[in-house]
Amino acid sequence: MSFPWAKQYEPKHPVMKWVDDRLPLPRFVYNAVGAGYPVPRNLNYFWNFGVLAGMFLAFQLVTGIVLAMHYAANAGIAFDSVEHIMRDVNAGWFLRYAHANGASMFLLVVYIHIARGLWYGSYKAPREMVWLLGVVIFLLMMATAFMGYVLPWGQMSFWGAQVITGFFSAIPGVGETIRVWLLGGFAPDNAALNRFFSLHYLLPFVIVGVVILHIWALHIPGSSNPTGVEVKSEQDTVPFHPYYTAKDGVGVGVALLVFAALIFFAPNMLGHPDNYVPANPLSTPAHIVPEWYFLPFYAILKSFTIDFIFPAKLWGVLAMFGSILLLFFLPWLDTSPVRSANYRPTYKWFLLVLLVDVLVLGYIGGASPTPGVILIGQIATVYYFLHFLVILPIVSAMERPRPLPNSITEAVLGGKGGTAQTALAAE
Amino acid sequence: MVRIGGFIVGVGFVFALLLGIFDTVYNWIKEPPAATAEHEFHAHPKKVDFSFNGFFGKYDNRQLQRGLQVYKEVCAACHSLRLVSFRDLEALGYSEGQVKTIAKGFQVPSLNPETGEPATRDGSPADRFPLVYANDVAARAANNNAIPPDLSLMAKARHDGSNYVYSLLTGYKDQKGYKNEKGEELLKHFPEAKTPEGLHFNPYFATLNLAMAQPLKDGQVTYSDGTAATLDNYAKDVSAFLTWTAEPKMEARKTAGLATLIFLVIFCFLAYGAKKQIWRNVKD
Repeated sequence: MSFPWAKQYEPKHPVMKWVDDRLPLPRFVYNAVGAGYPVPRNLNYFWNFGVLAGMFLAFQLVTGIVLAMHYAANAGIAFDSVEHIMRDVNAGWFLRYAHANGASMFLLVVYIHIARGLWYGSYKAPREMVWLLGVVIFLLMMATAFMGYVLPWGQMSFWGAQVITGFFSAIPGVGETIRVWLLGGFAPDNAALNRFFSLHYLLPFVIVGVVILHIWALHIPGSSNPTGVEVKSEQDTVPFHPYYTAKDGVGVGVALLVFAALIFFAPNMLGHPDNYVPANPLSTPAHIVPEWYFLPFYAILKSFTIDFIFPAKLWGVLAMFGSILLLFFLPWLDTSPVRSANYRPTYKWFLLVLLVDVLVLGYIGGASPTPGVILIGQIATVYYFLHFLVILPIVSAMERPRPLPNSITEAVLGGKGGTAQTALAAE
Repeated sequence: MVRIGGFIVGVGFVFALLLGIFDTVYNWIKEPPAATAEHEFHAHPKKVDFSFNGFFGKYDNRQLQRGLQVYKEVCAACHSLRLVSFRDLEALGYSEGQVKTIAKGFQVPSLNPETGEPATRDGSPADRFPLVYANDVAARAANNNAIPPDLSLMAKARHDGSNYVYSLLTGYKDQKGYKNEKGEELLKHFPEAKTPEGLHFNPYFATLNLAMAQPLKDGQVTYSDGTAATLDNYAKDVSAFLTWTAEPKMEARKTAGLATLIFLVIFCFLAYGAKKQIWRNVKD
């Protein structure tokens, strides 16, 4: 679907016409990311992050495929094969640092992409499917990132695998059996390393598939925008190309600057020194911590300290998975007809608190567990669940939103304030 | 339905957490966590002004060569460097011939070509630094039940690794009367933290006591380039050398990084200019 004023593809070169008549691929690209896709004219720079996520996914695929040509997924030599890449493979140090930090960049831009979706209500009708597919991508990314971190077979790799697969043993009755089945042994070893490598290679292509669905679902209603008001006329939109290809170019440049600074000048800043120690099942590191992008969820896991009906460990595991799975229900938890938090005077503050709350959880996840740290983590976890499951539905029902602009064009030309009689005008 | 279900789940999690919060606070008041000697008296590494620090930092080859000398004459008695090849030493400014000579100074495992029995031969540039002990059991047996770790990656395998290696080597102290930055005396606060027999006190080590006795002392190694034969110089030189063994491609990385950053800054300005130009007639 597209807007009636979307430009139609007219091949200029006879070869392109010949191709287009037989396989309308040029037309498909033109309508997807070319001049044939009309986009709201008022998107801010937060709308760059979808393209950036796609770019980092592509980087991960390219660097990963080349790394796999040199890496050996065998518990006896995996660690040394990574050092072989670092020392003997041409530009191997670049490939490995780009892949390790590329994972961080990918997760970073995706977190900002998700935060943008939360703030501007991008998950609401008619874009629920875009959001649901996005959560699927996020889950796949987390699984892929975890398994990738195991591959160098250092101390954090091994003990991270031990801890994460240990979650499954919290399942009553069959938990231990499932854990052993997943690992292919009683502890992480060659069988686990091999299957993690196999899945680490497979899942990114699954992610690519879901990304295609994500973009397809997006193109049905078209992009949302900072006002949350739907496109009403041609003057509300500009063609994706050249307007947003140019704007995305700026975001690409800035993101690459950050990426390059990490790769070339602080390549180990986000890693843990213990992962330069070969895996040793007989020596447990003093602090087992996951990569930074898992820390908020790790903090939620550790916040449940009391057996109450279920063992504390099961509560922690349920809450940790629940904290992500609840995102699947977000479009139905939030009943407010207004999308953008800019027009929701009460909800806006709760959402800001949530964003700070997740940062606090991230800090707590990496800190050593003193009573003070545990207490702050528990309070922050309370707010996380209260926000989504209690506060959001209640505020949505009670809040009186600010008036919305009549149209995107009005918002652009007349400043942020709206003149529509009622906020419910946003259908 | 979703909202009612969500509400019930949310209240369940919050209730379990409130019990946990109560428990945390109750225990905190009842039994405040005791301070540990490791926490109160562990010292952060001293900051050393290494030539390779910073954006433009480069290795000082003469320092690396001195560091290699200290490694060969002292550390190599117990610690291996198994990930480093002799041929890599050309990066320290040695000629091919000099590398061959250094390699020859090490015996590497081999087979007797006549009998097939295990044997050793002189090292060649294609070999890596050989292991010191045949296996962990042998290493433990020779070192009071401790395994001397491989040093190839040591500068990356500890927080603030280069500074850590220097601080550890220069950080051996008499435990009696040792005070931390706050002026508290270790043995007064934690009499039970007295270094056990067979271990050696060093506040830069995570557990404050390690199996390795102070390995370097003033005058132990004779430098040929006129550098003063002091513990401080040995420690700096060997930390620099171990930083190189852990990150041998650092100079290439920083050089490529500077070129990349310059390219990207120009790219950003051009991209921003292009965006401005394209959007000149559209108010967003």
